[in-house]
Amino acid sequence: MTQSAWQLFSIFGFFTVMLFIAGAYCILATRGLIRTIIGIELLIKAATLLVMAAGYASGRIALAQSIVITIIVIEVVFVVIAGGISLSIFRHNNDLDVRRLQKLKG
Amino acid sequence: MTSDMTMNIVLLFAMTVSALWAVMARSLLKGTIGLALTSAIITILMFRLNAPLAAVFELSVCAGLITVIFVSAISLTKPLTHKEIECAARDRMKRFIYLPVIIVIAAVVLYYLRIPNYFAKAIMGDTAIDVRTILWGIRHFDIFGQIALMIAGALGVVILFKEANK
Repeated sequence: MTQSAWQLFSIFGFFTVMLFIAGAYCILATRGLIRTIIGIELLIKAATLLVMAAGYASGRIALAQSIVITIIVIEVVFVVIAGGISLSIFRHNNDLDVRRLQKLKG
Repeated sequence: MTSDMTMNIVLLFAMTVSALWAVMARSLLKGTIGLALTSAIITILMFRLNAPLAAVFELSVCAGLITVIFVSAISLTKPLTHKEIECAARDRMKRFIYLPVIIVIAAVVLYYLRIPNYFAKAIMGDTAIDVRTILWGIRHFDIFGQIALMIAGALGVVILFKEANK
C-alpha cells in the first residue's frame, strides 16, 4: 500500500471508528427497539465504509463493491425482519421499551 | 494535503455529525432522517472512491427503502403524549450526554496513536476488473446467498403479519 493510499485509509478508518462508537453507544444506552435498530444500522454502515476504503486503498475496488452490495442486501433484510418483530412486540405489549419485555424471560 | 482529501474529511465529519444526530434526536422520525442523511453522505463518499454501483445501491436501498421501512414502522406504533415525550427526552439526555464526550476523547486518542503502515508490502489488486465480472464470475456464490436472504426476509414478513391478523 502506498503512503498516499495508507493516508486515505487512515482517515476513513478514523471516522469509521467514530461511527462505530456512535452505533455501539446507541445500542448500549437506548431502551427503545427502533432506536436499537438505528444503532445496528450505524454499525453496518461503519463496516461498509471501511470495506470500501480498504478496497480503494489496495486497488481492489471491484471486489469491495461486490462485497458491499452483499452487505447492503443483508442490511435491508435485517431491517425488514427487525421492524416486523418490533411491530409484533408492540401489538402484544403496546410498548417498545425493552425493559417491559417480561414475557421473553426464559 | 490535497483538496480531494480535504473534501473527504469535510464529508466524513458531516457523516459523523449526522450519525450523532440520528442517535441523539428527540423524536424517532428525526433520528430516521439523520440515518438517511448519513447514508446519503456515504453515497457521495463511495462515488468519490470510484465505486458508483455500490453508491447507487446505498442511495436507493439504504437512504430510500430503509427510511421508508422505518417511517412505516414508526407510523404504525402509538405516538407518546406531550408529557411522556418531555419525560423520555430528559431521561434519554441523561444517558446520551456522554456520547459526544466519548467521541471527542476517542478522536484525540486515535489522532495521537500513530498506527504504522503494516500493509506497505501488500499485494495490490488489478483495478481494471469490472465489478460485474467479479460478482458474476468470481463471487457468484454470493448471489445465491443474497437470493436465499431475500426469500427468508419475505417469508419472515409474511409469517409476522399472518400472526398479527389472527
